[in-house]
Amino acid sequence: MAFSVLAFYFFAVTAVTSGLLVVVARNPVHSVLWLILAFFSAAGLFVLLGAEFVAMLMLIVYVGAVAVLFLFVVMMLDVDFAKLKVGMAAYLPVGLLIGVVLLVQLGFAFDAWETSELAMSQRAAITPPAGAVENTAALGMLIYTKYVFLFQSAGLILLVAMIGAIVLTLRKRVGVKRQDVLAQMGRDPSTAIELKDIKPGQGI
Amino acid sequence: MIGLSHYLTVAAILFVTGILGIFINRKNVIVILMSIELMLLAVNINLVAFSAHLGDLVGQVFTLFVLTVAAAEAAIGLAILVCFFRNSGTIAVEDINVMKG
Repeated sequence: MAFSVLAFYFFAVTAVTSGLLVVVARNPVHSVLWLILAFFSAAGLFVLLGAEFVAMLMLIVYVGAVAVLFLFVVMMLDVDFAKLKVGMAAYLPVGLLIGVVLLVQLGFAFDAWETSELAMSQRAAITPPAGAVENTAALGMLIYTKYVFLFQSAGLILLVAMIGAIVLTLRKRVGVKRQDVLAQMGRDPSTAIELKDIKPGQGI
Repeated sequence: MIGLSHYLTVAAILFVTGILGIFINRKNVIVILMSIELMLLAVNINLVAFSAHLGDLVGQVFTLFVLTVAAAEAAIGLAILVCFFRNSGTIAVEDINVMKG
């Protein structure tokens, strides 16, 4: 019991600290690395909550794909990031004010909030008891039956996003020599080879 | 004992951090996108915490969908960013005023 409490505080403090550092880091590459740490500690929190599948998915999708995407874009764009930081101090007070106000509001909401007695009877898919079915298997049984159309539309969203990203970033460059496969295959010896009859002692 | 409120607190702090990031990095689109990712992460923590608290798996199912949308949003956002950078040579938010909106 003590270990899980310790682990929670470790992951929670790491997540909050790295989240703050994402926001205030001077170098965007450092921001991305802090973001990866935040995702890792959130995955740790998910494991503590018993949601192993979501935790591993978090690592694969966010750390493996999204964060690397960010890293590539940050490194590929030739941007003067120092210039973008100018004026950050001017926005800090209003940002902090709004943040504190929002946090206090959320605190009030959580303070006054309590679970309805009906909540337990209105659960849509009750978690199977731990030990009987693994988290991943239970989620699979739910996703592929009850939420199969939502699952398919999630796949569709990803497909559209993939096509959109390719269409947006693909560009045809002019003045670049490329291999033209059809032209290569359409050649025949009659047009590709030219025979010259060179007289002895003379050049071409 | 770690209860629901502990996780909700972490999620709330992360969410507010994301909002703060949008406010103080008003010129850098990349950090704004990262702040949005942080906010979505906070939402995911909320969903999973309630799912574990109530013993209802649907929260985790919806976490998967939030994850999907977050990944799609990051991919499209960064693609638009790269496209814009090629055309204008800058990613400062205040320079993105072609449509005079």
